[in-house]
Amino acid sequence: MTGFENFAFSFLNMKVMAQYLPQIAQGFVLTVWLAVLIVVAGLASGLALALVRSFGIRPLNWLIIFVVDLFRALPPLVIIVLLFFGLPAAGLGLSGFAATWLSLTLVLMAFSEEIFWAGLTSVHKGQWEASRSTGLTFTQTLRHVVVPQALRITIPPLTNRTIAITKGTALGSVVGVSEILGASQSAMSFSANPSPLMLGAIAYLVLFIPVVAFGRWVESRFAWKR
Amino acid sequence: MRNAHSSPPIVQAHGLWKRFGALTVLKGVDLEVAEKQLVFIIGPSGSGKSTLLRCLNRLETPDDGAITIDGINLLSPKTDINKARQRIGMVFQSFNLYPHMTARQNVTLALRKVLGRGKEEADIAARHALDRVGLGERMDHFPAQLSGGQQQRVAIARAIALEPRVMLFDEPTSALDPELVGGVLSVMRELRESGMTMVVVSHEMAFARAAADTVIFMADGEKLEEGPPAQIFEQPQHERTRSFIRQIDRH
Repeated sequence: MTGFENFAFSFLNMKVMAQYLPQIAQGFVLTVWLAVLIVVAGLASGLALALVRSFGIRPLNWLIIFVVDLFRALPPLVIIVLLFFGLPAAGLGLSGFAATWLSLTLVLMAFSEEIFWAGLTSVHKGQWEASRSTGLTFTQTLRHVVVPQALRITIPPLTNRTIAITKGTALGSVVGVSEILGASQSAMSFSANPSPLMLGAIAYLVLFIPVVAFGRWVESRFAWKR
Repeated sequence: MRNAHSSPPIVQAHGLWKRFGALTVLKGVDLEVAEKQLVFIIGPSGSGKSTLLRCLNRLETPDDGAITIDGINLLSPKTDINKARQRIGMVFQSFNLYPHMTARQNVTLALRKVLGRGKEEADIAARHALDRVGLGERMDHFPAQLSGGQQQRVAIARAIALEPRVMLFDEPTSALDPELVGGVLSVMRELRESGMTMVVVSHEMAFARAAADTVIFMADGEKLEEGPPAQIFEQPQHERTRSFIRQIDRH
């Protein structure tokens, strides 16, 4: 066999790929689910924390900053392993799926809180003053004047962070989640051929290229008319 | 001068003190504005004139003193400041329009959220206010699509749509190119003709001469001189007033 034939047999083996396609398709669906749940919960909790922080209640803000810094500092894999192997000792067993979801949600929450917070504080003080001077309350000003402007500023960094975190779903393979990478690895072991890994890579592209394109669309959609 | 002393002052501020850290910005300033009067405050930068103005709708809270506007004790903890602010319009040097909203939405936000007007009713009021500042045709433009002068006129419309009892102007033309100043001043003049009570911090001396009932000169956190424009501009009593007016007139 030539070098290319060797490569093709190992990595582009159509027979093996066809055989394990259903498992990897299932992994694909699981990854999508996991990613959607992480993005929804992570962004919502991150925004909620940033909004709470804007009220400036000091002890609460210290707590928020501590939690946010903690989850920004810890590698996501460490959090997953701690939750999956550590919590059962405390009498709270989490499935691999739940442990991965919770870990990545906490990480996305932490990063997105910082991004939302930066967006909120970047809105000019004059916007607050103009709104308050017409009689709007703090909360009304936050909701109608400040948050809409902050969200537009935060869309590009949020898109990047969201993509990075959802790619982290691959870490679930460590705790037995059969998402794309997990399914590819078991298929690779069963078939003694790395072609399923190529299939996994293709699955990631199929998943994330639309996400990246969607991010671009959202950015242009929410740009102000200038 | 109209109604100079016929009605009790609508704005009454007494003994206002304000410190920012080690810096004392207001040193016991008094201010009284009668209804339908235009009071014009001049003075070098850092004299405390903007801070005084910002105390009048409590964007700054004075450390000491008393403020009553239209019978409302502005500094009482019992006062609903959001309610009080509906009656005190403010126009800022940097316009501060909401960039994500059209001119109409800029005007209707407070009408809807503060006064609780319905969408149609608020739209009619916004149209009326924008017509009044000559921008009825630009209702659906975003701030970035308007010139600085137009933006400031939308900001004035946003304030007058709430039908305030007093309007505060904080250097309304200082951020404008010279050729755009006139449009804003003519809107202010029209407001004054219609009987709006106004407190204006500005360097537009020609406007002060023509339209003010009272001119106040401030320096170093104190009110040094107060009187009708003719007196302040032609026969200032205080040396600092004299040198300030000489400097301004030279430009």
